[in-house]
Amino acid sequence: MTATPRNTLLQNVIVAAAFINGFVIMTIELLGGRIMSPYFGSSVYVWGSIITIFMLSLSLGYLWGGRLSSRNPNPRTFALFFLLSAILSLPIIFFAEWTMTQVFLSIEDPRYGSLLTATLLYFLPICFMGMVSPYSVRLLVSSEEHSGRMAGLLYFVSTLGSALGTLMTSFYFVLWFEIDQIMWGAIAGLLISGAAIMIACKIPVRESAGVHRYES
Amino acid sequence: MKASLMLFLLTLVFSAGLYAETLHEERSLYRNIFVTEVDGRRCLLFNAVRGERNQTCKNMRDPKEIIFHYARMTMGGLLVNPNPQNILIAGLGGGTIPVALNELFPTAKIDVLEIDQAVVNVARDFFGFVENDNMVAHVVDARVFIKRAGLEGRKYDFIMLDAFTGEYIPEHLLTQEFLEEVKQILTPDGVVVANTFSTSALYGHESETYREVFGEFFNFKMAGSGNRVIIAQQKPLPNQGEMRIAAQALHEPLRPYGVDILEFPSRMTTRPDWDETRRVLTDQFSPANLLGQ
Repeated sequence: MTATPRNTLLQNVIVAAAFINGFVIMTIELLGGRIMSPYFGSSVYVWGSIITIFMLSLSLGYLWGGRLSSRNPNPRTFALFFLLSAILSLPIIFFAEWTMTQVFLSIEDPRYGSLLTATLLYFLPICFMGMVSPYSVRLLVSSEEHSGRMAGLLYFVSTLGSALGTLMTSFYFVLWFEIDQIMWGAIAGLLISGAAIMIACKIPVRESAGVHRYES
Repeated sequence: MKASLMLFLLTLVFSAGLYAETLHEERSLYRNIFVTEVDGRRCLLFNAVRGERNQTCKNMRDPKEIIFHYARMTMGGLLVNPNPQNILIAGLGGGTIPVALNELFPTAKIDVLEIDQAVVNVARDFFGFVENDNMVAHVVDARVFIKRAGLEGRKYDFIMLDAFTGEYIPEHLLTQEFLEEVKQILTPDGVVVANTFSTSALYGHESETYREVFGEFFNFKMAGSGNRVIIAQQKPLPNQGEMRIAAQALHEPLRPYGVDILEFPSRMTTRPDWDETRRVLTDQFSPANLLGQ
């Protein structure tokens, strides 16, 4: 199996990827408010729509990611989540205007308009980003005994990423860059994470102390 | 000397405490709203704990009087279009301006946009803002209403943008795209009047954004007010002479409101006094709240 827990490089890359995943989720969520305000305003229900859809997408992502992790868990599938998240985020750049115009024309109430838009733009990419969390736990856990510890570490890292993603986006990125530029940055972060996981699992595992002990 | 100063300060403290009566408090989804009355002057405050910002005030002994300078200054838009028939006002506050325009132009249709139902309630219950056949308040985000008005082909000949609380700036109401949408619902003779900030880096950004969309505009400032009022039009702006003539006609009707319109024309200049290298604000780039600090 490729996912040998003793590949420490791969382990570190997985932890870093979980961090970036958490970061990117909140960056995209915060930009959602900015992207949607020209069509639906900045009323409290626009944020309500965005947060609802993000929570729903993440919850289903956790469920499906967890289920997938019980069948042949491997880093390639994990890397695929990042690739798919990145590809599915592209419509936010290219089709958001068109989507919002159509929704605006057909739904008068901005509450339901913003809810539908948030679903169309964010449901799929955020679902895949949600799948990252349980799957990364499965890849890193080698024994029942330290499963809680690993899950704790991954929650810590990805939520810390989310905190930093929120801070950097709202305090600095919107001042330094345009919204689409920030979105490209988020997509690049996802692609780099996916590529790094693929590379890390291709590098042959060196004999670590643990292996050595086991063999002797 | 010291004692008299102390006495003076004590008197101040006590008089404030005695007469600053809070008539009403209301918590909405967006803010805390307070209505206070001091010495016959009733004021609407948002988030009174932080910095006591008066949104609008009303002299209960002379209810017509427009107390704030910036609110008087917005009447300068009438020098450009002296007889508006379709008026759009984004931002209700205490309803001072819509009520005055409704009285001045009883046949004009007035749509008032206010995001917060609680503000509409308070304006009605405490500031005499009464809707009628011609004046209607809509609880809606201004951008949403204006975008839809554009799609439906509705037009206005007097559009006032006054949706800023001072604490938080709605960033999507400052961008080039928004102003293009405003321009789309403006009749060829119509005027846009915007109450904006005159301090901070935002001043330059906002000025450049208006210029990008409307070209040259009147940059209207008066002593005693920290605000700047932008008055813009699609066709070329009137000259001083034309505005003086318009001011003569408006002088009498506006006098009960405390608006000395004769003073306005000479202060309405098109000369830029901002940093013209500032970037235009767009839907892609509008960190207004960060620039406004």
